[in-house]
Amino acid sequence: MSALKTLTNGLVKENPTLRLVLGTCPTLAVTTSAVNGVGMGLATMAVLIGSNIAISLTRKVIPDKVRIPAFITIIAGFVTIVQFLLKAYVPALDKSLGIFIPLIVVNCIILARAEMFACKNPVLYSALDGIGMGLGFTMALLIIGSVRELLGNGTLFGVVLTAKLFSPAIIMILPPGGFLVFGIIIGLLNKLTALQVRSTGCQACELKCGASAECKEVGA
Amino acid sequence: MKELVIIIMGAILVENFVLSKFLGICPFLGVSKKLSTALGMSGAVIFVMSVASAVTWLVFEFLLKPYKLEYLQTIAFILVIAALVQFVEIILKKFMPPLYKALGIYLPLITTNCAVLGVALISIQREYSLLKTVLYSFGAGVGFTLALIVFAGVRERIEQSDIPESLKGLPISLIAAALVSVAFFGFQGLFN
Repeated sequence: MSALKTLTNGLVKENPTLRLVLGTCPTLAVTTSAVNGVGMGLATMAVLIGSNIAISLTRKVIPDKVRIPAFITIIAGFVTIVQFLLKAYVPALDKSLGIFIPLIVVNCIILARAEMFACKNPVLYSALDGIGMGLGFTMALLIIGSVRELLGNGTLFGVVLTAKLFSPAIIMILPPGGFLVFGIIIGLLNKLTALQVRSTGCQACELKCGASAECKEVGA
Repeated sequence: MKELVIIIMGAILVENFVLSKFLGICPFLGVSKKLSTALGMSGAVIFVMSVASAVTWLVFEFLLKPYKLEYLQTIAFILVIAALVQFVEIILKKFMPPLYKALGIYLPLITTNCAVLGVALISIQREYSLLKTVLYSFGAGVGFTLALIVFAGVRERIEQSDIPESLKGLPISLIAAALVSVAFFGFQGLFN
């Protein structure tokens, strides 16, 4: 697998939000504006890159039987670091994302990438996978956040765009709008690509978060 | 007493975890296809949520707070929840086989259900007492159940409808969830 392919995999082909439908809760909850969406995406990306690297480095040391608790502990550590950084440097974002920052721990995307990629691949590839998947997630949140902000508030990144065109439909930035926009975007994507979404949420797979029965080195 | 009733009813209707707080969407979309699985999952969630939030409250109050380790709450809580779920599974298997049979397969999935960690974190954030924490978590679990059952009913009807090809499956479920969410929106402002 080439480095470039690893990087771009998460952007379109296996976009974690729009294709694999992982991490639905933060996707719906924080996309009330484009800024929040991007902030959440970047915070998750930072955790994903860190945990992918750490898990890839320790993949030969962690016994197979306790790997899930070990992964969760590593992920929780990175989440705590990100939480501190956000509190210190962007307190406004920290406040608007609120409880969804600590909840990055249970974001299926991160555990899924640990299980499906980082524990089987060398460090460089795992880091690239983290960047690609993180960007794919950020991109999806940006799209959903922009649509909701534009329709629900008439602004984009806080800039008023639709002052004289139409009066904003507040419902779009309220919870029902989240479900509606996400559903329609996935539907449009299906229409455009003629591909069905592969999974219907974390619980659809037999093992949680794409967990394979064993974690084996690729080609080993 | 009135305050406690408001906490429970508020958690069920006004701040419904699934439909207004967006916690636990994965199981909401994943297991709402059949009413029987929806009920099994809900039972497991109510049970684990109530126990987990009580245990995390004790851990926070008597372990993290005295040693000024509050910043470790994310790590501590997720480990407590993961361990607790395992523990509950073993206990149920040994002492209550019928209940284990009913809830067993849903238990491992609950560790990664963000509603469980979410309810623990919110209770701490709001500085609830132990009693209020347990009641709030119980209410949140019941709210999850209510949303799941209502949505399972809606979904059964969708199955028999004529839907555009590209909206089949997940997209139409999300759009239906939006409508159910609008219905729950009517409860906003029920308590002041």
